[in-house]
Amino acid sequence: MTALLTIIVLVFILVAIWQMVKIFDLAQAKSECDQVATDKDNKINAYLMMGFLAFIYIITIISIVKWGDLPLLSNSASAHGPTIDNLMAISLVIIFFVQTVTQFLLHYFAFKYKGEKGKKALFFADNNKLEAIWTIIPVIVLAGLIIYGLNTWVNIMGVDESDDPLVIELYAQQFNWTARYAGQDNTLGLANVRLIDIDKANVLGLDEADPNAQDDIITKELHLPVGKPVLFKMRSQDVLHSAYMPHFRAQMNCVPGMITQFGFTPTVTSEEMRQNPDMVEKVANINKIRVEKSKDLIAKGEDALDRYEFDYLLICNKICGKSHYNMQMKIVVETQEEFDAWIKEQKEFKNSLTN
Amino acid sequence: MSAHADTHAHDDHGHHHKETFVTKYIFSMDHKMIAKQYLITGTIMGVIGIIMSLMFRMQIAWPEEPNVLFEALLGKWAPEGVMDADIYLALVTIHGTIMVFFVLTAGLSGTFSNLLIPLQIGARDMASGFLNMVSYWLFFLSSIIMVISLFVEAGPAAAGWTIYPPLSALPMAQGGSGMGMTLWLVSMAIFIASSLLGSLNYIVTVLNLRTKGMTMTRLPLTIWAFFITAVIGVVSFPVLLSAALLLIMDRSFGTSFFLSDIFIQGEVLHYHGGSPVLFEHLFWFLGHPEVYIVILPAMGLVSEIMASNSRKPIFGYRAMIASILAIAFLSTIVWGHHMFVSGMNPFLGSVFTFTTLLIAIPSAVKAFNWITTIWKGNLQMNPAMLFSIGFVSTFITGGLTGIILGDSALDINVHDTYFVVAHFHLVMGISALYGMFAGIYHWYPKMFGRMLNKNLGYIHFWITAVCAYGVFFPMHFIGMAGLPRRYYTNSNFPLFDDLANVNVVITVFALIGGVVQIIYLYNFFSSIFYGKKASQNPWKSTTLEWTTPVEHIHGNWPGEIPHVYRWAYDYSKPGHDVDFVPQNVPLKDGEEELQH
Repeated sequence: MTALLTIIVLVFILVAIWQMVKIFDLAQAKSECDQVATDKDNKINAYLMMGFLAFIYIITIISIVKWGDLPLLSNSASAHGPTIDNLMAISLVIIFFVQTVTQFLLHYFAFKYKGEKGKKALFFADNNKLEAIWTIIPVIVLAGLIIYGLNTWVNIMGVDESDDPLVIELYAQQFNWTARYAGQDNTLGLANVRLIDIDKANVLGLDEADPNAQDDIITKELHLPVGKPVLFKMRSQDVLHSAYMPHFRAQMNCVPGMITQFGFTPTVTSEEMRQNPDMVEKVANINKIRVEKSKDLIAKGEDALDRYEFDYLLICNKICGKSHYNMQMKIVVETQEEFDAWIKEQKEFKNSLTN
Repeated sequence: MSAHADTHAHDDHGHHHKETFVTKYIFSMDHKMIAKQYLITGTIMGVIGIIMSLMFRMQIAWPEEPNVLFEALLGKWAPEGVMDADIYLALVTIHGTIMVFFVLTAGLSGTFSNLLIPLQIGARDMASGFLNMVSYWLFFLSSIIMVISLFVEAGPAAAGWTIYPPLSALPMAQGGSGMGMTLWLVSMAIFIASSLLGSLNYIVTVLNLRTKGMTMTRLPLTIWAFFITAVIGVVSFPVLLSAALLLIMDRSFGTSFFLSDIFIQGEVLHYHGGSPVLFEHLFWFLGHPEVYIVILPAMGLVSEIMASNSRKPIFGYRAMIASILAIAFLSTIVWGHHMFVSGMNPFLGSVFTFTTLLIAIPSAVKAFNWITTIWKGNLQMNPAMLFSIGFVSTFITGGLTGIILGDSALDINVHDTYFVVAHFHLVMGISALYGMFAGIYHWYPKMFGRMLNKNLGYIHFWITAVCAYGVFFPMHFIGMAGLPRRYYTNSNFPLFDDLANVNVVITVFALIGGVVQIIYLYNFFSSIFYGKKASQNPWKSTTLEWTTPVEHIHGNWPGEIPHVYRWAYDYSKPGHDVDFVPQNVPLKDGEEELQH
């Protein structure tokens, strides 16, 4: 209904514009009108250029003020997170600076040098010094960004096996996630989708004969001990998926036929993140929105929305089919003790098989 | 090199040939008519693509709400007006395909390369009129097949415009991967053939048919842009063709180029040893140069229009050519920046970060040169000029965020979010569209012999400009907040509830911006018949196309082809009474030619 009303309003706006143009055209009919810009057109459009510059600045400011806190910039929850956020912040500052200056020059020149009859433009075809300046400045800035960026990238992607990371497999399928812990030996058992045996509940295709597989633990929730490096091994059984964990600044595609990996160290437990003042504010805001929405729903005779409590999420970020939009798994970051207690309750692979 | 063109007396091509309706308007071999055919086909495809985008934008803003429009347009895909999740993905997919290939490649490059190459270099027609005709009709055929694919039982292709296998290869993974995907692949294969024929023709024409005096360094920047675009197309499109053919093999003949170890719907498939990552490499080896195939012609048009309407030479002509060449070269070695988190070796990621960020340098040079071109000009604010300034504005805004996405470390967190959507829509979608509009407003008199209404043009530009920013600027922020693209609804993620109102804002801007294009369509089609008659050189430009008669004739010039004595940018040159000196005017005694 809203959409229909919007369309109707739009059509009316359109008709109004059309009427205005007709009036404008009629008013001009007497004067010479060969559809080439006149001095008057130049002037009007030059002022509109300045107006548009103001619009760009205003929409930038509104976006930053209103939605600037949306980005997860301040709330990274992994050891490498702050390095990405720093680089992001530096890049954004550079971008906003260049954007502000160049847009000003462009629109201001468009305003200042509006055409007038009889005026002659400056014949200025080339200047090697200027060309050199705006080649070299980007070179320097980009060199800095490239060096910083590559340094960060190499640090993130290089997995240090000597840290003895906790090895976990993330297994993707249309449209859900499964986690497999390597167990006591911290070595994942061999697996291939050809070994999947639904009847025996061997849903991930583990090699039942592999000794390393016996103590593997398969779960539908991802628990991580805080402060411990984790190495994820990703697998997919059907199509491409992408394991995206935005709060940890982590993402890697899951590719059928190969194993991909991504490692990080979670630094903030779920509980601590819920206490974070930024997060408290964000969650309060979300709940306010949900209460408003619930009012509408109840009026329509539907159930109200649940209260939202913050949780880390693993979400799919590579188009994977119909329910792509709802492929998620809860991530719980907790203390080592809590993690140990939780993992003890889970079934080992050898005990999870039926028959 | 121009002897060939000169030896033809125009009478050979003569207008006294009897032309039937069919040879003149349908199976025409005249480049001007073919250009118009490209433009009108591209426009129709553009309308389809934009309507699709408005539909899925409404779905995102008001998820799962009944909408009469959906019910009317989508039929069984929107029972009771609620959009189906599968058709949402199909709309996203076909919107991308149509806009990138059918509108901004064929519609933009096809139109203006065909129109301007012979006219601006001083040739009677393309090197091969026949190939040119075949190129258009293949494009037409591929458009028809793409449109037909919208009506198949299980739905059109829905795996994203990048059609990554296995999703695109397995009909059981997604309804659209059946007949819909087959038609998509066939359509694209024909499209590529069309594009290659066109590109070869452009290259040969530019190299061989320039008129006397038209050296490469006297070519207008439009021609340089079209020429290099054609070269990139010839280098990269065949790779997509091979990817499409291999995918067809995997789908229909049981090969395993891209597929391996798949268990789906309770059964193991036989595929073994292939890799989807290989497909990604092949796809992006075209896919990335493709964005330059889209943007370079727009850059060429904008350079020409800015110089003409500023009454000033383009600043840094040689630097502009050098940066086109640099962009073209770099564009073929950056494709991996689409694949930082695809599972390829992180070392490759480092290499691609390096090459990708280098592209910012020639891009920055171009942007500053445009800004310097209007500095101290005498700006004629025709609609074409407004769109050109708009082009530079969105190209800067969209281009800058490229330094975030091109940086592999940062890409980890914004990859495949709305940040990417915002970035590429501004830098190549909106910008290229602006370039196309600028070209249409500027060369409409050349195409149809009549003028577009300028007031409608002003309204079209200003509302479009505001809406373009209104749509894509806030989109960066929801992307940075981690919202993935291609989600049918975000209502399953309370985490993103506070982004819902931003999505409504975006959609409202999109609807206004979309509906405003009706003004343009009205202007375009009504002016063909009722527009004010154009004079021979309405914008007082220097290039050769404005020396041809307003009424189109076969062979372009009634007499001899004009000779060229100077570069294309002698605007406001000191020592001349008028503020433009056409290329076919000989140098005065003692006058020096710049730039060579």
